Amino acid sequence: MNAPQEPPSPLRLTYREACKQALRQALHADPRVFLMGEDIGRYGGCYAVTKGLLEEFGEDRIRDTPLSESAFVGAGIGAAMAGMRPIVEIMTVNFSLLALDQILNNAVTIPYMSGGQFAVPLVIRMATGGGRRVAAQHSHSLEGWYAHIPGLRILTPAMVEDARFMLIAALKDPNPTLIFEHVMLYNMEGDIDPAITCVDMDQAKVRRAGADVSLITYGGSLFKTLDAAERLSKEGVEAEVVDLRALRPLDTKTILESVVKTRRCIIIDEAWRSGSIAAEIGMRIAEEAFFELDAPLRRVCGREVPMPYAAHLEDACLPQSEAIAAAALDLVRPS
Amino acid sequence: MTHKVHLDHDHLRHLLKAMIRIRRFEAKCVELYQAQKILGFLHLYDGEEAVSVGVMEALEPQDAVIATYREHGQALARGVDPGCLMGEMLGKLNGCCRGRGGSMHFFHREHRFYGGNAIVGGGLPLALGVALADKMQGRRAVTACFFGDGAAEEGEFHETLNFAKLWRLPILFICENNLYAMGMAVERAEADTDFVHKASSYRIEGERVDGMDVVAVESAARKAIEKIRATSDPFFLECRTYRFRAHSMFDAQLYRSKEEVEAWRKKGPIVRFQAWLEENHLIKPGEVLEMEKAIDAEVARAVAFAEAGPLEPVSDVERFVTMEDIPA
Repeated sequence: MNAPQEPPSPLRLTYREACKQALRQALHADPRVFLMGEDIGRYGGCYAVTKGLLEEFGEDRIRDTPLSESAFVGAGIGAAMAGMRPIVEIMTVNFSLLALDQILNNAVTIPYMSGGQFAVPLVIRMATGGGRRVAAQHSHSLEGWYAHIPGLRILTPAMVEDARFMLIAALKDPNPTLIFEHVMLYNMEGDIDPAITCVDMDQAKVRRAGADVSLITYGGSLFKTLDAAERLSKEGVEAEVVDLRALRPLDTKTILESVVKTRRCIIIDEAWRSGSIAAEIGMRIAEEAFFELDAPLRRVCGREVPMPYAAHLEDACLPQSEAIAAAALDLVRPS
Repeated sequence: MTHKVHLDHDHLRHLLKAMIRIRRFEAKCVELYQAQKILGFLHLYDGEEAVSVGVMEALEPQDAVIATYREHGQALARGVDPGCLMGEMLGKLNGCCRGRGGSMHFFHREHRFYGGNAIVGGGLPLALGVALADKMQGRRAVTACFFGDGAAEEGEFHETLNFAKLWRLPILFICENNLYAMGMAVERAEADTDFVHKASSYRIEGERVDGMDVVAVESAARKAIEKIRATSDPFFLECRTYRFRAHSMFDAQLYRSKEEVEAWRKKGPIVRFQAWLEENHLIKPGEVLEMEKAIDAEVARAVAFAEAGPLEPVSDVERFVTMEDIPA
């Protein structure tokens, strides 16, 4: 069988497959890399990201753990301090709270408290966000909380390309990195340019250019925001959509460049509004570009309730493209 | 290696000196605390010296240590230079952690000393990772994980013991049971006050040892470590001991009687060992005095080193919040 030689066409992948390929690449590239987490091995991962990896890499490197978030995250920290490159999976962000002590009191403080004697090159992946009708203990968006903590790198890949390559970049970083994968993205398909073999972790990216209003968002809200931008275009309003990609460090420069250009800004974040990353972004704009604004800053955030189960209620609690478009129209053309 | 303690003159002298070093070092810390040169919390190891000294004797340089926040003795017994420890307590740049950690957070990379941890039970999961990394990288090292009785009240204790046995990790768990978690007596906090029994419920072999008897601790630790190296299974040592002083520096000690403290003082690890050495003519008259003089000089040198140390410039305060690279 000889395949015809064709120019490389874009690779079409699901977000889930992109995450898995990133893990495979990491495991192949570095014998110090290993995976730990609940049901990542025989079960194949609660979102099937790690399916097949146990068969490919064996039990020494694909480690099913007991349901002990604090212990296996702490084990990841210790292993990272002692020369390994662990990748820990936590099923959902709500469960990560069981390991918050280890993340904050150990992973973040040890490099500092030890005066730089120990680094913690640990990657923790977890699912985040709402939309799957799994109610108030599996649906929250706490990545903004984690972005409060100096010493952590917080990545929120939304595009398939970022899901594919951000992990590789994270493994080169000597600091603890948390990767938040939005649950509604796993089945989403996207194209990857075969020429791309890496991405940066520091820069926000403009996913759609526009001159009338900046829509700043990340993760699961990106596609709703892009959809809102298309709606707005039909109304004659050209929105610029900025995908933050990382919440810490936050790329303030790209945010400000967009806002200075459009003079109007809405921040879209499905996390709760109070004390949120959306609040932080708004404040940075207020501090550094207040006089460039032609309209008040606005936010479209998740409703401040524990996530309800019923579909109509959950939908009402998350930023939706209609609401994003309506907020933008109101800002551009106040009634 | 053998688990038999060499009861020759040199070794016995060495054990006594190691305990007295901790005691005198900490006595100086109290002075410096009263002079407000050491700030914050200061948790003294006074009474518990035999535990660290005995355990560390059984460790090799390639082994790792996870410490608690009452870790002055653990660090000294591990061989960390007293000067850099004193520098740390004085908040100086020549401290082992540049003055970033203080009394509760000694770290020392060369000694594989993975930190004083001030979250009760917080170090236990780290021990899993360090031991796992050693095992995966083919190093024949044991991780000695110290914690107090209070840690057994935390979920992380139970998670870690289960994990350690399940994954057969070479960890020596050392429970420094000084009978009180701050002011909370063990029997008021633990439904089962038998820590070895707790470990056995995770099928981890264990032994209770008199933590006031340095030779007993060393012997038990040697036996345990020999077993761990042979089997790669964890082992659990409960060292019954007692803290003679306050939990930290401010503690009216309403939770225990003066008589109780006095009774334990009589069983103190130094006084008892010294008396035994003297009775058995294993130490010459005047030798202890000589030893104390040498240690006092050593402590004075540590203080002088620390006092002379510069302060880290405030402009560096954000250094190591994020690391530029991984230390080799």
